[in-house]
Amino acid sequence: MKKQKNEIRGKDEIIFSVISTALVAAFAFFCFVPFYLIAVASVTSERAIITQGYRFFVDAGTFSLSGYQTALKDPLEILRAYGVTIFVTFTGTLLALMITTMTGYVLARYDFPWKNGFSFFFFFTTLFNGGLVPWYLLCTQTFKFNNSIRALILPGMFSVWNMIIAKSFIKGIPREMIEAAKVDGAGDFRIYHQVILPMSKPLLATIGLFTALSYWNDWYNCMLFNDNRIYWNLQYTLQNILNSAEQLRRIAEKTGMKVGNLPAESLKMAMTIIATGPIVLLYPTLQKYFVKGLTIGAVKG
Amino acid sequence: MVENRKKGIWKKIVKNRVLLVMLFPALIYTVIFSYIPMTGIVLAFKRYDYGKGIYGSPWCGLHNFQYMIVSDKLWSLTRNTLCYNVVFIILGIVVEVGFAIMLSELSWVTFKKVSQAFMFLPYFISWVVVSTIMLNIFGEYGVLNNVITALGGEPYSVYEHVKTWPIVIVMVKLWKSTGYGSVVYLAAIAGISQEMYEAAKIDGANIWKRIIHITIPCLKPTIFIMGLLAIGNVFRGDFGLFYQLVKNNQRLLEYSDVIDTFVYRTMITTSDFGMSAAAGFYQSVLCFVTICIANRIVKRIDPDYTLF
Repeated sequence: MKKQKNEIRGKDEIIFSVISTALVAAFAFFCFVPFYLIAVASVTSERAIITQGYRFFVDAGTFSLSGYQTALKDPLEILRAYGVTIFVTFTGTLLALMITTMTGYVLARYDFPWKNGFSFFFFFTTLFNGGLVPWYLLCTQTFKFNNSIRALILPGMFSVWNMIIAKSFIKGIPREMIEAAKVDGAGDFRIYHQVILPMSKPLLATIGLFTALSYWNDWYNCMLFNDNRIYWNLQYTLQNILNSAEQLRRIAEKTGMKVGNLPAESLKMAMTIIATGPIVLLYPTLQKYFVKGLTIGAVKG
Repeated sequence: MVENRKKGIWKKIVKNRVLLVMLFPALIYTVIFSYIPMTGIVLAFKRYDYGKGIYGSPWCGLHNFQYMIVSDKLWSLTRNTLCYNVVFIILGIVVEVGFAIMLSELSWVTFKKVSQAFMFLPYFISWVVVSTIMLNIFGEYGVLNNVITALGGEPYSVYEHVKTWPIVIVMVKLWKSTGYGSVVYLAAIAGISQEMYEAAKIDGANIWKRIIHITIPCLKPTIFIMGLLAIGNVFRGDFGLFYQLVKNNQRLLEYSDVIDTFVYRTMITTSDFGMSAAAGFYQSVLCFVTICIANRIVKRIDPDYTLF
């Protein structure tokens, strides 16, 4: 809400603005502080963490890069995890965008005779599902998802909610555009990729970003299907460093250190920074698209 | 007559062939990953046999439900899932709407933008990273205890105190989703006409009155839809939240085990596919019934806001 500067503010407004500024500032602070603490911890020496706990500040006496050094001793593993995550995010998002907008377009076509029937066909899956076990058995027994890249791509490739967002966005494109293209002799597919897609850039940005984020942050599918570390993505690699003593033993072996001497705590923090770094760096640029996208998504399906 | 209609359908298919082909990938995907698993729900009433698959395994009646019912597991899972979600929904709406109103009234634009960006940050990270944050704050060397001891208190471990977990879980959930959730309401507030506020101001309504009598009533439809969507999933736990926060800490399970984590654990660690499928079946049916009831109620109150 824009307010004019010369506007006279009543006492009630001043009180309200003081309270809300304080609350918003406090909450924003608490949202940010954990990231700062992890960054600090990642460059704190293991000894300082063990004896004094995680700290708020780092000084010359407690500064140490041993966490990063240990994490990067075996750069291949991290690079591979990065590779898996980037490949899956890229391919998955592209496929998801294609299939989602295509479906949304067909169901948004005013002259498609079975649009209601098919819409319900898709929508019904959001009301009822078979649960995890039959799905898991199908993926592992029939489709042999175990230890494969497709186990990371396929499960998140088509979301009915995104499709509904796409459908209502495309419905908002004037019907005359489609009719004009038809008169010019364009086929149904050509209308999609030469008329609808160019006009749906905000939609593509929104769905693309949300899908990419969920691929980037995925650990669940990796945990379900992949136990071979060749197919591990970043988040799952991080999860293993955080939770399993086995993983620490492996790192110790590779770096030639004893498990007891491993800077386990700062290593965990350093690995977290390595796994989240890119997304937090991209964040300031991406954030405004997300905010815009959420408002696109607020259209009723 | 019949032949004519048949011809008509055939004609329609030919006319729309390109559109149908474009629909095909999503159709196949949904059949494979949603509808086929739906039929697999029969596993809830079978004893799973690896060699024979879901459909070939022998029936076993309600055997898979027996343990869960006798041991009261089903009840405690349902209670946990329901209670957490109800708290998430109510507190979530209050906090999100609250922050949306406060943000919208802020006149210092830079401050508003920066704080909104910070509030949105937790949404961007995975639950694995949240578990690092937990370690950093509540863990053995956690910041929390540093602060407590610096203030002269006794160190406190949340992992030792099972009963503080509901509070921790609710706080983490709100921390992660408030910034994201408030954007929807913020957009709705931006859509309210300024004239109403100005007219109210001239009539002498102070800011509290304007919020209560203009902003909140105007937000009602949005709150309604968001609430309805959330109620439909009231028996579905946030797997990432509960799994990554609690990990395999058996002692915490009493207050933090939800249906989803139970289904996963039973399937992976004990390989009891039958019982796991039974719990999943129970959850799917509950979800389906709740969403239908919620939708019917909304239909009676205001048909414009129904989902289907």
